[in-house]
Amino acid sequence: MKTFGGPALFLDRSDINTDEIIPAKYLTENSKQALKPFILEDLKLPHFKSDIKNARVIVTRGNFGCGSSREHAVWVFEVNDINVVIAESFARIFRQNMFNCGMLAIELTREEIDLIFALVNDVTISVDLDKKRLTVWGKEEIYFDFTLNSFDRDLVIAGGWLAYADKNY
Amino acid sequence: MGKTITEKIFASHLRDKPSAENVVLDIDVVMCHEITTPIAINDLVERGMDRVFDRTKIKAVIDHVTPSKDSKTATQAKILRDWARRHEIVDFFDIGSNGVCHALFPEKGFIRPGYTVIMGDSHTCTHGAFGAFAAGIGTTDLEVGILKGVCSFRMPQTMKIEIIGLLPDGVFAKDVILYIIKELTVNGATDKVMEFCGPVVEQMSMEARMTLCNMAIEAGATCGVCMPDRVTAEYLWPFISDDYVSIDAVVEDFSKWHSDSDADYAAELVFDVSSLVPQVTYGYKPDEVKDVMAMEGTPVDQVYMGSCTNGRIEDLRVAAAVLKGKKLADSVRGILSPATPKIFSQANEEGLIRIFMDAGFCVTNPTCGACLGMSNGVLASGEVCASTTNRNFNGRMGKGGMVHLMSPASAAATAVEGVITDPRKMI
Ligand code: SF4
Repeated sequence: MKTFGGPALFLDRSDINTDEIIPAKYLTENSKQALKPFILEDLKLPHFKSDIKNARVIVTRGNFGCGSSREHAVWVFEVNDINVVIAESFARIFRQNMFNCGMLAIELTREEIDLIFALVNDVTISVDLDKKRLTVWGKEEIYFDFTLNSFDRDLVIAGGWLAYADKNY
Repeated sequence: MGKTITEKIFASHLRDKPSAENVVLDIDVVMCHEITTPIAINDLVERGMDRVFDRTKIKAVIDHVTPSKDSKTATQAKILRDWARRHEIVDFFDIGSNGVCHALFPEKGFIRPGYTVIMGDSHTCTHGAFGAFAAGIGTTDLEVGILKGVCSFRMPQTMKIEIIGLLPDGVFAKDVILYIIKELTVNGATDKVMEFCGPVVEQMSMEARMTLCNMAIEAGATCGVCMPDRVTAEYLWPFISDDYVSIDAVVEDFSKWHSDSDADYAAELVFDVSSLVPQVTYGYKPDEVKDVMAMEGTPVDQVYMGSCTNGRIEDLRVAAAVLKGKKLADSVRGILSPATPKIFSQANEEGLIRIFMDAGFCVTNPTCGACLGMSNGVLASGEVCASTTNRNFNGRMGKGGMVHLMSPASAAATAVEGVITDPRKMI
């Protein structure tokens, strides 16, 4: 199982697409590690401080990961040790790719996301999978309970869909 | 309570129900191309799992960058080619027989009503035009699909989209779907199946239905779907004539997949297209759509005709009708990529290729080409392209480039004038 939690990177926009997460021109790479330097290369956000090296969690708005089906968008996070994305909502394929890789795509309400954004910068988030609880340490400390369906949880514990499917089908 | 077509397909393919919300389905067709599959192949090899569940149910094509443009794309093609040979994949298409996956595979009769279809490509939703459940997936799903022939899904809800009225001259399936995406927004159909029905859809050819379903993903949908009917039956007849006594029998059989009249929908929308005008995107999201009149006069540097959205024979016919006897504006480069070899040779026989060439178009081999900005017409920064493709994301066709999505008729009219142009005055 992967490890979850750590310093957060804030991406303050909805509809961030997979081309912005990893541009199509890098799809010719045949290893995950090769993608590492190109994370979020084409993302243009005002005040976007790309402190990606330390980030372990991404906090963002709605419809994250829309666009192409490329799993590279998930791997580029994985190879940068970012195993959790917290958003208002996800594009279906991106969300499924996250769990398929044994990573966490956590949905919170807009109000909850706003509360985390209010703490912006120097925020650390930890994840308790058993209690399904996020703890956010910033200027203050807040908790959020999240939902995780049992199958998605099984995938995270199994280390991804391939391991799960190989065992069960 | 009745069932939707998607619920019927799910019920008939159910392998497992690992949780209340998730299902694992048996998959009829696993499609592969050279951009997303090589990394899956490499991973399976590394894990010592280099096997395929059924070499007749896997279809593979080199289509995104073909012929290869550099060492990296050549390597991707080689990985797919070597794998297809190693596993004796029956339907593998390489240079000479290759074309854009979502145009080529339907043309070969691979997609049938009631099928489950997956591919590591978001526009797999195109194949729902045949009354199939067809969904784009990521690499891990693709690996499991190749290895086990199964895929997991959350049970999707269905959004019924009834299209009524009479489509005016000069207005096409592309305009209809652009308009619907504008209304729904880019995530208006997330986790849903868009079920297209109503008299306008019933009148549409398979090509037009594929255009409609192709862009379902741009509203976030898992799949687009149309009811399989006589049009579907006639399209598939050459491939299934041994199995049925008549087309009527096919139509009758296909009707078992139709959504029941008392099926439950997450939403039911009705669009009357009688007064619809040609639609064009203006921004970097496919829901940023305006009437063509509001965009008229916008200069373009390139016009691109092709892709899985609008590179089919009907599209070429419509564009050629506009272009006939005319020339590209001096300021414009025109590129035509017929989506498959069959379309290419048909267009040649019908004299359409001549019309494009006389107008000043460059005609390329069938490939995705400029659509994803990897070859055959990448834009320079600051350049603008009028395109019949499906995605206008920032950088999609080249860093700093701008793409305006539109119908083949609108793209052809724009090619002649050099600025975005309402095609209705040229038809
Ligand atoms: S034509 Fe474009 S959208 Fe269609 S499969 Fe190829 S790259 Fe994807």
